[in-house]
Amino acid sequence: MSKQIISSELLLELQTQFSPAVAMIGENNQQALLVDLERLLDVLTRLKNSPEYQFNLLSNLTAVDYLEYFEVVYHLYSLPLKQSVTVKTRCTNDQAHVPSVTALWPSADFQEREVYDLLGIGFTGHPNLRRILMPDDFPEHPLRKAYQFTPNGEKG
Amino acid sequence: MPKTETYTLNMGPQHPSTHGVLQVVLELDGERVVQAIPQMGYLHRGIEKLAESRTYAQFLPYTDRLDYVSSMGNNLGYCQTIEKLMDIAVPERAEYLRIIMTELNRIASHLIFMSSVAIDLGATTGMMFGFRDRERILDLFDMACGARLTYSYIRIGGVKEDVPGEFIDATRQFLADFPAMLTEHHTLLTGNEILYHRLKNSGVISGQRALEIGLTGPTLRASGIDYDIRKVEPYGFYDRFSFTVPLGTTGDNWDRYMVRMEEMQQSAAIVAQALDQLPEGPVMAKIPKVLKPPAGDVYHRIENPRGELGYYVVSDGSTKPYRIHVRRPSFINLQALNEICQGTLIADVVAVLATLDPLMGEVDC
Repeated sequence: MSKQIISSELLLELQTQFSPAVAMIGENNQQALLVDLERLLDVLTRLKNSPEYQFNLLSNLTAVDYLEYFEVVYHLYSLPLKQSVTVKTRCTNDQAHVPSVTALWPSADFQEREVYDLLGIGFTGHPNLRRILMPDDFPEHPLRKAYQFTPNGEKG
Repeated sequence: MPKTETYTLNMGPQHPSTHGVLQVVLELDGERVVQAIPQMGYLHRGIEKLAESRTYAQFLPYTDRLDYVSSMGNNLGYCQTIEKLMDIAVPERAEYLRIIMTELNRIASHLIFMSSVAIDLGATTGMMFGFRDRERILDLFDMACGARLTYSYIRIGGVKEDVPGEFIDATRQFLADFPAMLTEHHTLLTGNEILYHRLKNSGVISGQRALEIGLTGPTLRASGIDYDIRKVEPYGFYDRFSFTVPLGTTGDNWDRYMVRMEEMQQSAAIVAQALDQLPEGPVMAKIPKVLKPPAGDVYHRIENPRGELGYYVVSDGSTKPYRIHVRRPSFINLQALNEICQGTLIADVVAVLATLDPLMGEVDC
């Protein structure tokens, strides 16, 4: 099981530096950084580039529909320092836009397109934000909670 | 003097080298590749959406159908995620059986990889031999759980049931025969000059770039980056086994081929050690019939034959998951296709596809 989570001193330092835009939420293996949308790119840039973090692998990027808001989740890993961290940010349903991190980690390319396709969250600055799994003319975003499988209400 | 223009050629969606349904839109300048854009989605089944209307246990068979040539790993990744969410301790014997199964499955999966490289480059016998040897492993799985492709053998809290007595002997017999099988493959394929020249120095990607694109697994290690989750974040009992992580140097097609060939040997060594250490005891923890994990979310990753397989599970405290996201290595690895293919010849695209080893069932999820 994942043990090498980022040390609490480094998390605290990050929190002080970007206060009040960064909050620590969750405990143990559910610990995560909740970052304000406006400061997201600043925090992620620091996590990737500064020598005490060196999160050079964006291993996972996904999003969850919590009805009142969307939460975009980043799972980062640092190969040189063997530490991992979860970063989350939130955007509202009517303003479903998040800055793209493709410039920091090109690995976000397909993953952001997938989130855009299935959840309808836009990524500002993505070089090629198109649907990736659904047909181009598909009108909806199936992973939104409001989306139903069939008109008859058959939910499997 | 006629002006040369690039043109578009659609490879697929039914090209045999795409291991499923993938279309690669090639922009070509003569025989040179300018762009190779993968178009996916043909197999998209909405498995993540389906998960939201199933219970935690009911979702397990769906994981089999993602990377369907290494289903054991998919089962394991999912079960461990739920165990992490619910704090379930798995009996020792089950942990060992899990490692035996997933490592056997890694060999089976890499045999398919080897077979695809062979058939994609036109060597039918190479493919037949790979599939022939994989049958031996499928027989072992058949013995353990009665299925040859979609196992659902690894369950939340342990494994479905203990292996029958003849399983251990048959596995030892397989391990005894395996070195000769591997030698045969090396003689037939690795030593083949045509295969060597098709793969060597083509489709190169640097370690630095591979990491940026998010490549994981043998594809990343072929570029010389030492990142194996079994070593850096050992799950199960991986810290109890001695094995090495094969690394490439140049990150070309040949390195990606060789890394997987060597990994098979390492997996066989892990299975042998696990059989020697296998303790007696129960294979299933006591868990409630209907699981209700506490509200929260957890991400867990394992090393699957195609790279980092991760599950992100959000629970709202009910019997059904609120959201499941699968981090599929094939999907993310496919991002490298365009970049690797640029500047190569059209014939090399097939080789690059084969050595990236994407599995479309997993790409489309």
